[in-house]
Amino acid sequence: MLSKQEIKEIDEAISLVPYKKAASIEALKVVQHHRHWVSDESLKELANYLDMSAEELDSVATFYNLIFRQPVGRHVILVCDSVSCWVMGEERIKEKLSERLQIDYGQTTQDGRFTMLPNPCLGTCDCAPAIMVGNDLYRNISIDQLEGILSKYE
Amino acid sequence: MEKPLTEHLRKDGKPLSLKEYEQVGGYQALRKTLKMTPQEIQGVVKDSNLKGRGGAGFSTGLKWSFVPMNAPKPKYLIANADEMEPGTFKDRILLEQTPHQLIEGMIIAAFAIQASESFVFLRWAYKTAAKEIIKAIHEAHEAGYLGKNILGSGYDLEMHLHTGVGRYMCGEETALLNSLEGKRATPRAKPPFPQVSGLFGKPTIVNNVETLCCLPHIINKGAEWFKKLSLTQDSGTKIYGVSGKVKKPGAWELPMGVTLRELIEEHAGGMKDGLKFRGALPGGASTDFLVEEHLDVKMDFAGVAAAGSRLGTGTVVVLDDKTCPVGFVKNLEHFFAQESCGFCTPCREGLPWIEKLLDSIDKGDGRTEDIKLLEAHTKLLGPGNTFCALAPGAMEPLQSALKYFRKDFEQHIQEKGCSYSKNYRPQTAAH
Repeated sequence: MLSKQEIKEIDEAISLVPYKKAASIEALKVVQHHRHWVSDESLKELANYLDMSAEELDSVATFYNLIFRQPVGRHVILVCDSVSCWVMGEERIKEKLSERLQIDYGQTTQDGRFTMLPNPCLGTCDCAPAIMVGNDLYRNISIDQLEGILSKYE
Repeated sequence: MEKPLTEHLRKDGKPLSLKEYEQVGGYQALRKTLKMTPQEIQGVVKDSNLKGRGGAGFSTGLKWSFVPMNAPKPKYLIANADEMEPGTFKDRILLEQTPHQLIEGMIIAAFAIQASESFVFLRWAYKTAAKEIIKAIHEAHEAGYLGKNILGSGYDLEMHLHTGVGRYMCGEETALLNSLEGKRATPRAKPPFPQVSGLFGKPTIVNNVETLCCLPHIINKGAEWFKKLSLTQDSGTKIYGVSGKVKKPGAWELPMGVTLRELIEEHAGGMKDGLKFRGALPGGASTDFLVEEHLDVKMDFAGVAAAGSRLGTGTVVVLDDKTCPVGFVKNLEHFFAQESCGFCTPCREGLPWIEKLLDSIDKGDGRTEDIKLLEAHTKLLGPGNTFCALAPGAMEPLQSALKYFRKDFEQHIQEKGCSYSKNYRPQTAAH
């Protein structure tokens, strides 16, 4: 069931567009914000609410890499793997994170704390390499700083 | 040297408040605009020769002029703030630090085409920008710069922020429109052009953030002033950036047409100690490499084009002599293969194939004929063979790398490995 709060936020998005379906991305964001990911069940309910078929909504949801159709950890780590960060040592950052968390890209730690994903260009190329954890951006990072960064997230 | 877009930025990197922006002349251009006709605004901007700063370099005034003025409401104005071109970080500065400058520019552009609705299409990763823009839109509303009857002029404009959920394709203007309509971000056939039939089938203009931020200054100081800011034919200033292994990577607003050498050697402080310059992408991932012989190329639309590349976004990614050009290009093609929307076949099938070829060359499994195969692909995925500019853009760094760094590709194949790698052990037929 969509919660009252979710419906309120989705209705707000619908009010800005000429028909319900046009708010589908905003609506997916609302659901993901409240539930951390979009399950098949949420997707069906949402599609119903937006007068779309679940298949059509799923075709939208799966197109965008930041709509999660699988459960993710409490904190999502995005590692910038674009060219400037690659030049500045992204591969070592990724290797170290993998080793420390025992996960590869697309995986979640056993305790459900972190999910690690590659992300194209975070738009902070003069401060490469960069990662994001949740909503927080970390720039000019070195391997030595990773432990300190991770420790901020429970 | 004038820096109209960035001269008032705060030293602490925090955004200019509405009050601070007004104190340095903010929203005066809007007041002036509301006393002019839309045609007059379009005329000034056309005369200023402002060209789009998002990469394509099309005349902004001319783009606006295709919007039918008598079309029924609504018309839309959209700020393309989906800065996702790898190597590009110039709009972030404007979004985070002068949100009111963007909003004022958007209102002016919207007035010029008589739009009644506007959106900022912002990429997901720009969290600080999102917060500041929401705040600034609210403040502009309170101050009477947005909403009904703006400053008593009778002109109405609403503005909303849309944050994306990833995908490079959203930067392509028709794909951006599909995404705003809640669809997959695939490009649309043109014609009809968005100026006639854009968002929800209504006339729509999509302008880049930096382009929009130029507008208040053009209105305040005039087309002639804007032209004189530049060193060359292309008007204005440009926010240039440099990333890679230089001493002081960063972004700077400079007169349009400074040389690549000045950018790298003066502003970016030159290469890091012990490294040499080998080449650079002048304007993001989808531009052809320039090399040492091009260091004195003027970084404007015509200058970079004459050197066989594109100004693109004007943010330079530097390749040094200790970084493998094959690995560099593989990283780029991996990005493009991943970001292909899958709508047209050459792009969807061709880019992953190219990535695989580059991966095998990089790992030492390349065959001599692979270079020819890659070259063939740069034609097959070139302009005219795909639905949008993504694949042709992806071919630009590849075709120029095959030209300027060909020996590196050949060496990888002959010696079955990457000589830039720490674990490198050459294996030639002679061994």
